[in-house]
Amino acid sequence: MKLFEYEAKHILSQKGVKIPRSVLIAPGDDPLAKMEEAGLKPPVVVKAQVLVAGRGKAGGIKMAKTEEDVKNIVNELFNKPIKGIVPKLLLIEEAIPHETELYAAIVLDRSERKPVILASKYGGMDIEEISREKPESIVRQHVDPFIGLKGYQARLIGKKIGLSGKALASFAKFLTALYEAFTEYDAELAESNPLALVGDEVIPLDARMIVDDNSLYRHPEIAKERLEESGEYTEWEIKARKMGLGFVELDGEIGIIGNGAGLTMTTMDLVYEFGGKPANFLDIGGGASAELVKKAVSFLIEYPKAKKIFINIFGGITRGDEVAKGIVKALEELGDVSKPIVIRLAGTKAEEGKKILEEAGIAAFTDPIEAVKKVIEM
Amino acid sequence: MAVLLDENARVIVQGITGREGSFHTKLMLEYGTKIVAGVTPGKGGQTVHGVPVYDTMEEAVKEHPEANTSIIFVPARFAPDAVYEAVDAGMKLVVVITEHIPVHETLKFVNYAKQKGTVIIGPNCPGIISPGKAKVGIMPGATFKPGPVGIISRSGTLTYEIGYALSKEGIGQSTVIGIGGDPIIGLSFTEAMEYFEKDPETKALVLVGEIGGDMEERAAKMIEEGKFTKPVVAFIAGRTAPPGKRMGHAGAIIMMGTGTYKGKVEALEKAGVKVAKTPFEIPELIKEVI
Repeated sequence: MKLFEYEAKHILSQKGVKIPRSVLIAPGDDPLAKMEEAGLKPPVVVKAQVLVAGRGKAGGIKMAKTEEDVKNIVNELFNKPIKGIVPKLLLIEEAIPHETELYAAIVLDRSERKPVILASKYGGMDIEEISREKPESIVRQHVDPFIGLKGYQARLIGKKIGLSGKALASFAKFLTALYEAFTEYDAELAESNPLALVGDEVIPLDARMIVDDNSLYRHPEIAKERLEESGEYTEWEIKARKMGLGFVELDGEIGIIGNGAGLTMTTMDLVYEFGGKPANFLDIGGGASAELVKKAVSFLIEYPKAKKIFINIFGGITRGDEVAKGIVKALEELGDVSKPIVIRLAGTKAEEGKKILEEAGIAAFTDPIEAVKKVIEM
Repeated sequence: MAVLLDENARVIVQGITGREGSFHTKLMLEYGTKIVAGVTPGKGGQTVHGVPVYDTMEEAVKEHPEANTSIIFVPARFAPDAVYEAVDAGMKLVVVITEHIPVHETLKFVNYAKQKGTVIIGPNCPGIISPGKAKVGIMPGATFKPGPVGIISRSGTLTYEIGYALSKEGIGQSTVIGIGGDPIIGLSFTEAMEYFEKDPETKALVLVGEIGGDMEERAAKMIEEGKFTKPVVAFIAGRTAPPGKRMGHAGAIIMMGTGTYKGKVEALEKAGVKVAKTPFEIPELIKEVI
């Protein structure tokens, strides 16, 4: 789960990092009054709190030089969708003059199975850009998860990105705090970009954290629902998530249900290979009950992008008869369904499943290629 | 021969009294796997399908010193503890079926096991099967037949699909390993390949990858450097998956520009690996190389 900038910064400030003075405002707040309470005066930076990437380029970050500017910009940002998302909160922050922007992040190195620190003296552009434009500038340092980040490692990284003196000490202190936040909040990513160098001090102008979804149960303070605000999900994805379905929206016309992430992705790829376009990814996982299958099928019947539906099941712990019962139930409950449905059933209890489907007048295939061709030509 | 698992495996099931643990204990026993004990804290003294249950791994190992492998069905919150317990009890191989384990916990137990010389498969995986010898996992046993082809896969059901397609064509498998769909896992492609390289029974290898991470690229590098010398056929799932979206598996996501389908296929093809467009081409491609 992605955290908002203001949340990530709050966590860092609790770890002793100096962050820009700021105030958070909601629609209807008087921004100037709020600023006065917080001791803020223009020039300030007004930042839309949205989780989409490329917020700055999309016009979600604006400089306000006067009080008049503040009012106009606040009004504008609360009414302007950033890549489709209208912000529910804005962060007004003191403008911090600086000349140097650094990059610092901690991610999980999947191959080494260790956290890795990434740093560069060229902050301000995103990491993909840095690795394209200035790959030699990226400093990497792995961390032993049992020992944690040691001070000397943090200083070494600072040194390698060209810092010295008090700036080096400030950077090392920042990195130590970032690492603490990373582990304490079970993060997959903790990043500051740009990390400004102001005199001898580093100050995070932006901060980003992604918390591991599997760890949310131990972070009740941040684990509130934010499906709508996040901008990560479309309307139908939010609907599906609320129903407990693993669904990703795509742009084609063939609705897809599979069991297991790998097989479901492969089913999308198969449709594509034979000239069709998948409308979605929907994984019912392992050992799905008839009830869950019914839910998934009904969902795709309602989902307007799917003009037809292809269900691909290879039973392991998932049983073909349960799947068949779920499909039949969905069709019975919804009555007249005009969308064509093609089913491929193999593996555990596939024969029993096919019998149930045939009795209900639904044809089922064993061969996935035949099934894919059928659904595409329909 | 086979890799990591054969008829000499003596297995302890951790979380044996739970619904999944008990159900799969039955299926593994029916397959012929030698399960010597089960462990569930607080349920010591019971039996599950004739298998004695202990409160701790220490007691289980004391009564069954021949035990060398464990399989974990413990719920996510308690699973990391079960892994440490298995490693400390001296297990050589630990298969972690549990999904939704916090990634920082996995990070730690995977590093710990490595230091202690224990091989971890998973988490969030279907396990391992050496057809005709033993199965320590949840895959449908009848799908796989004994033979010369090794399979390493990041996906569960897709592995069954490919195993079935091979078996139907009369091509059996030496060992099939589902390494799991999480971003951080124990045994990787390249580590598993080192075992298959040394196994005389394995004549060819199928790699079943998916988008996300760089394990496939590392496998390609290993082949290019001549460290894996047997013929390899690959399939990568997620050709049509959009960047930035998690496709079911926590690990199946194209992030920061890495882990794309194209990058993986190019790396593998450069290393001389035949990449199948669909999983159903794999038997034909395997026939060409063995």
